[in-house]
Amino acid sequence: MSIFSEVKPAQKLEPFKGVKTIAHEEYFTSGHRTCQGCFSAQTMRLLAKAAGPRTIVLGSTGCMYVANTSYYTTPWGVPWMHTQLGSSGSAALGAAAAFKAQMRKGKIKDEPINVIAFCGDGGGADMGLGAISATMLHPAYNLLILMYDNETYANTDIQISGCSPYGANTSFSTPGKVKRIMNQRWKKNVAGLIAAGHPTVKYVGTAVSSEPMQAMNQIRKALSIGGPTFLHVLAPCPKGWDYDPILSSELGELAVKTGIFPLYEMVEGKLEYIGKTKLLVNGKLKRLPVRDYLLKQGRFSHFTDDDVEYFQTKVDEMWDKWLIPGVMPVLKDLEADVVPA
Amino acid sequence: MATVAMEQAKHVEQEALITGAEAIAVACKLADVDVVTAYPIRPYDTVVQYISQLVADGEMDCEYIAAEGEHSQFEIVKHASACGARVFCGSSGVGWMYAMECLTVTPSLRIPMVAMVGNRALDDPGAFGVEHNDALSVRDLGWNLIWVDSAQECIDTALLAYRIAEDRRMMVPIAISCDGSFLTHSQALVKIPTQEQVKQFLPPYDRGELLMHPDNLISIAPQCNEDWVMEIRRSNYEVAAHSLGVISECYAEFEKVFGRKIGNPFFEEYMTEDADYVLLGMGTLSTPAKVAIRRMRAEGKKVGFVRLRWFRPFPAEALAKCLRRFKAIGVVDRDYSLGSPYLSGVVATEIRTALYPGDGPKPPVLGFICGLGGREVLVPDIEKMAGYVSQAAAGKSVPLTQWIGLRE
Repeated sequence: MSIFSEVKPAQKLEPFKGVKTIAHEEYFTSGHRTCQGCFSAQTMRLLAKAAGPRTIVLGSTGCMYVANTSYYTTPWGVPWMHTQLGSSGSAALGAAAAFKAQMRKGKIKDEPINVIAFCGDGGGADMGLGAISATMLHPAYNLLILMYDNETYANTDIQISGCSPYGANTSFSTPGKVKRIMNQRWKKNVAGLIAAGHPTVKYVGTAVSSEPMQAMNQIRKALSIGGPTFLHVLAPCPKGWDYDPILSSELGELAVKTGIFPLYEMVEGKLEYIGKTKLLVNGKLKRLPVRDYLLKQGRFSHFTDDDVEYFQTKVDEMWDKWLIPGVMPVLKDLEADVVPA
Repeated sequence: MATVAMEQAKHVEQEALITGAEAIAVACKLADVDVVTAYPIRPYDTVVQYISQLVADGEMDCEYIAAEGEHSQFEIVKHASACGARVFCGSSGVGWMYAMECLTVTPSLRIPMVAMVGNRALDDPGAFGVEHNDALSVRDLGWNLIWVDSAQECIDTALLAYRIAEDRRMMVPIAISCDGSFLTHSQALVKIPTQEQVKQFLPPYDRGELLMHPDNLISIAPQCNEDWVMEIRRSNYEVAAHSLGVISECYAEFEKVFGRKIGNPFFEEYMTEDADYVLLGMGTLSTPAKVAIRRMRAEGKKVGFVRLRWFRPFPAEALAKCLRRFKAIGVVDRDYSLGSPYLSGVVATEIRTALYPGDGPKPPVLGFICGLGGREVLVPDIEKMAGYVSQAAAGKSVPLTQWIGLRE
């Protein structure tokens, strides 16, 4: 018997095939107060559109709560509820459990309902990681946890999170007279961590909001496959990354093409690189230098050539030395580590 | 034959020898709770151990989730309740404090969660024993708080709690405090109501227009800042203001359906009719207190005992009316409130506040702090405290706050 069991049928959402097949209905509309060029809000729009009407969304504290969902001007066209900063995992688990119990007992109509909880990188990679991890262990509940990653606590004033890139200038890591690089931490590998630690999860993926069609189809796949699923979405942020809002889409694309943010899906344990990352892995696209990405953003404007070089070396390691490039930071040398007979 | 007998038994009230924790578990089963979350901490965790067994034996149908911490425990059931499920949860001591963020949002979201607090001393230093500071920490936040003193009261109160919490005029959480060990782990004979009785007493949970479901397009708890927070706080205030009435109604209904008399829901009076002075406390303190009162009565002392059940809402008017009859009152706190007025415990300060308004008599209120960290309150301790109160009743000057049972 497979470890990937389907306990309760999920909605079967076929992938959109081309722009013309996308539903006209928007379930995330006007009313939010996010910045121009905000790709976290773009992610919300894609999420709601991909999921459709038989959906509830649970939103943990962060930009997409504070700036996005205001009293009397809610942008949500599906039921939405606030959850605490570190609770996206628990929120989804509670909602899914409530529906399951009530359906089994005949208290409500038995039907597949999309249960989606979102969190930012602060709520997901930092504070809420434990609860997300716990939720990933429950194959009986159909739910999606989407982490939109704008690489800082962008709502509170742009502070470093576990997902901020090395060296980024934030209000907790401003370069000074003596120390130029205040954020010495390398970005947390969240999707890889979820995939490695929770082998019964049927879908773990990374997406970028500058690829709307691909991201929506990833969301639809995650919602259809059943059980708890996780999607890490990179969401360029003009305010936090310090660039002209017109560049949001371009920066999303560059994050992928430079190899800094790999796109992949783990579907029932099988890894597949997707989108431009697939082209990079196949050698059909040459990986661009990280300089092209970094120097378009004010948050890296204090970088010296050495800093850029260091960043490049670390990204090269991800692709050249990791056992599963871009996904699992176990060094390839281990392959040769054969136990003597 | 056996099957017939068992079938009949379902319709007849049974008696069972069970602990306070087990009694709460049985109440959850009878109330057809949909989602239960568990996390280990003594002494509360016994209740979810019993529930786990009920689920495993097919006696209870619920989603039973072992969470990875108390914060998640409470967030899971909060959202489950928002989605229409009847829920149960609980904790003890620092576990309750670990969930504090979730405890704060539950009343303002109008979640009728029922929780059990197995009262336990807060760390540090570690101690399993009872102290009331854990549950009392949420006293200002819109939680309704009740202290019970017997396994029978556990089961009755848990059923009442669902009825009260889910009343459309309430829709706020209730925490049932059970003194760690003394109640959670002590067996007593308990009358178990039948499923029919419970069905008659407890209507299905109906969240109405607040329900989180695709059929009900709402946004719950969007960011509102200074524009609306005050009005939202006020709606919880309104609940608190009329909750005494709702509780009284539900108790009257309980007595009708289950045919058992509880009387005044808010506090129990023991040998107070002709008392000159009384002691007042919450929870299982009643056990040594009642023994001591009987003993002192035999010696001709006119002393009584008042056991406070509902701490939130606080039955200020009724309690003040009751207490003004006496010449002095001694409040026994199984908690501390460091730096508080007169350095008294939480309950003593509340009692003084309750007595202050109006022109009626204001008998002296002595505060006693004892039984912390699970230290047993013995009959001689009660007699000692009663002695101080009798001195105050006689007009003598007695310190306002004293620690009793403290190692010299």
